[in-house]
Amino acid sequence: MQVTLKVRRYNPEAEKPKDYWQEYNVEVESAGTVLDALIKVREETDETLALRCSCRSSICGSCAMRINGHAALACKTRVSAVAHQGEPVTVEPVGNLPVIKDLVADFQPFWDKVRAVQPWLQTAGPEPEKEYLASNEAMMHLAGVVNCIMCGACVSDCTVLEVDKNFLGPAALAKAYRFAADPRDAATSQRMGLYNQYGGVWDCTRCFECVQVCPKGVAPMDRIMALRERVMANGLKDTYGARHTEAFTEIIEHSGRLDELRLPLKTYGYTNIPKLIELMPVAIRALAKRKSPPVLHKSIPGVENVKRIFKKVDQLQKGDGKVSTEKAPPKP
Amino acid sequence: MYDHDVLVIGAGLAGMRAAIAAHQQGADVAIMSKVHPVRSHSNAAQGGINAALTDRGDSWEDHAFDTVKGSDWLGDQDAIEVMCQEAGDELIALEHMGVIFNRDGGGHLGTRAFGGQRRARTFFVADITGQALLEAMYDQLMRWEVRSYEEWFCLELIVAEGRCAGCVALEVRSGTLAVIRAKAVVVATGGLGRAFEPTTNALICTGDGMALAYRAGAALMDMEMVQYHPTTLKGSGILITEGARGEGAYLLNKDGDRFMECYAPSMMELASRDVTSRAEQTEIDAGRGVDGCVMLDCRHLGERLIKERLSQIHEIGLDLAEVDITKEPIPVRPGMHYQMGGIKTDVEGRCWDPQGRWQGVEGLFAAGEAACVSVHGGNRLGANSLLDTVVFGRRAGQAAVDYSQSTGPADLKETYYLAQAKERLAQMLERNSSEDSVARLRLEMGKAMDQGLGVFRDQQGMEAALSRVLEVKDRYQRVPVRDKGRMFNTALIFALELGFMLDCAETIVRSALERKESRGAHFRRDYPQRNDSEWLKHVLLDAALEVPRVAYLPVTITRWPPEKRVY
Repeated sequence: MQVTLKVRRYNPEAEKPKDYWQEYNVEVESAGTVLDALIKVREETDETLALRCSCRSSICGSCAMRINGHAALACKTRVSAVAHQGEPVTVEPVGNLPVIKDLVADFQPFWDKVRAVQPWLQTAGPEPEKEYLASNEAMMHLAGVVNCIMCGACVSDCTVLEVDKNFLGPAALAKAYRFAADPRDAATSQRMGLYNQYGGVWDCTRCFECVQVCPKGVAPMDRIMALRERVMANGLKDTYGARHTEAFTEIIEHSGRLDELRLPLKTYGYTNIPKLIELMPVAIRALAKRKSPPVLHKSIPGVENVKRIFKKVDQLQKGDGKVSTEKAPPKP
Repeated sequence: MYDHDVLVIGAGLAGMRAAIAAHQQGADVAIMSKVHPVRSHSNAAQGGINAALTDRGDSWEDHAFDTVKGSDWLGDQDAIEVMCQEAGDELIALEHMGVIFNRDGGGHLGTRAFGGQRRARTFFVADITGQALLEAMYDQLMRWEVRSYEEWFCLELIVAEGRCAGCVALEVRSGTLAVIRAKAVVVATGGLGRAFEPTTNALICTGDGMALAYRAGAALMDMEMVQYHPTTLKGSGILITEGARGEGAYLLNKDGDRFMECYAPSMMELASRDVTSRAEQTEIDAGRGVDGCVMLDCRHLGERLIKERLSQIHEIGLDLAEVDITKEPIPVRPGMHYQMGGIKTDVEGRCWDPQGRWQGVEGLFAAGEAACVSVHGGNRLGANSLLDTVVFGRRAGQAAVDYSQSTGPADLKETYYLAQAKERLAQMLERNSSEDSVARLRLEMGKAMDQGLGVFRDQQGMEAALSRVLEVKDRYQRVPVRDKGRMFNTALIFALELGFMLDCAETIVRSALERKESRGAHFRRDYPQRNDSEWLKHVLLDAALEVPRVAYLPVTITRWPPEKRVY
């Protein structure tokens, strides 16, 4: 089939380096991938087109790029799936990382963040003579995260990183989870302190982009949520994030619906005057648009059933701990 | 000029294992790779890593015998003994490093069956074993802050004062040239699959290290031994793990028969790879294939097992072949997969012989697929490659440290090497006249190698391949590089890689023409029998002026004299 690739190019050696679009028409096999098409361009039309690629089977993580606006592996994306009715397929470098040339991005900030989560096993006591004992279930749960090929697709489309470069980001935090959840690892409290910091687990806005674009089903956001649970279970509750979570839960348990007036007050603290002043403009705008929550918050009918749900969850958690966000990732 | 005690070139499993070992011995070690280490091709090893654990009733001797038999008695038995004896400790070291192996019901490391072996001794992480190991190794590099030259391309090994003293390299991003001086150099750059088309190998597997060492004066050994893997996808040549057959998948011909019954009645689908590939090709040639393929049937394994243990290939089937392996058989055929041969080393990874029995370069070490110790001989067993990388990677790293302590840095004229390299690159970038392209030349070479040096070979076919390779080599001298920039010039990299591949391809054909018998992966229709009286020996090639020089070394036999090889 015939396809038009619209590639965002950038030549760092141009007199005035500036990105621009270039179109290429390519003939690919019906089952051909975007990577096949790009390689064909590079081999037959334009040797100057720079991109990284290697394995052709979604395992090396080299060829993440934005295809029609969303991050994906070029080798895993069929042309037929993205070329809608002869429309050109747009191809751009991954987002949230500086571009070096054409589709090649600078991954140094990516790796700096991965390293910052201390991604190595830290065991306690003398090493056993043989292997550490661990359940197959626990190891295969981790395999769901080890599946991560560090391609950067999640980082590319992370909406938090777009506005806050300090955020560790989905890939590094998923990697953090892989060690935090390893039954052999003994550095839990130190890790929790690290991941609880500014730029850590609480900065995720749960937008689901990383879950959507991950080519390996790692579901980084779910891992971040699981880390939040672990951080709080470790007694680290003195963050806005943790207090927000607790306040949210308390309110729902109490009345069955969210009390939007009390949620920020409980999160930031009734006496946190500077923070509350910061919120004033929001409150005023809400008032003006008649969107302000009622001062008298009413419980929903049948709220006692909600309380029973909470009780049940509590019992289960004390039992086998099966109620948790640490679920198996969805299959890609 | 950069300076280190030990420089490791290549950052896959063998290279990283070498670097970690060197670091643990307190050396100033640096590692260099043309890609980021986690992009290395080791991550494509799906199935697992072999180790015979005595506390499970297995024995290293059994593992060694299976390896010797798998190698068709071409593997050096002293080296095989070392590998199999050290497998258990190395496996535990990997687990302690953090690798998440599959477990059995008691929480101990679990095993699966693999080809050519009488016991299930393959330890694994689902079907992402290579990736899981690679991750754990890179984590160690990060932890110990080992100096890592990432996306640096090695142009040439420097030989000075009679030994390897470092290299000249190109920083891909900036296009800057640099000399890296080292007291010892370890080459662990992996395989050369891209010299064939198609291949299971990644685009980066271009035989760089083998060619670099060869040009520097080292010998390449057993280069004719090229493994064709029995289960690769048609067209792209993408790998379907042997783990599928290890878990019990069948190979069927067009009549739905498990044809391996006729070729390997006791081991069936789990016969050695060369045997299975030949059986498949025979079926296909006899008209019992399906569109040039045979069928790999996983359906009876059940969806649950497939999704837990073979999820990566389930995904590959869906993505690249439009086949759901839980519901239908997937067409596969033999495809170029692995180079058993490589830079001749001893069991310490040394690429020279202190006794001078073979041509080599002092101060140079090699490990992994780039090297030939030789443990794989004529045919590598599945899951022995990962074992090879970690055992001999570690040994090479340690031996390189020992060597570096016995010597000082060589006196190198940095400007001389830089000027020479600059001149060479400039010359490549200036070419404009030819209509040829690097991609076209590579394809021609690859097709010629696949046709002439595939599962079945003969004199005529190999001679045709040789003349084709030499013709391409000639045109290569004039092929233009059409990107003239400095920064991230991938066109220049591909041109340099093609030069490496052509050297490798030539040595493969010349070695294959040399060996006038059939052994392991080298099956000649014109010499269909194994001939132990004349050919129980290795073929070595080293670079001479016009044509490579041929030498022979006897195979080391310790306790397993040659036998008939039946599966």
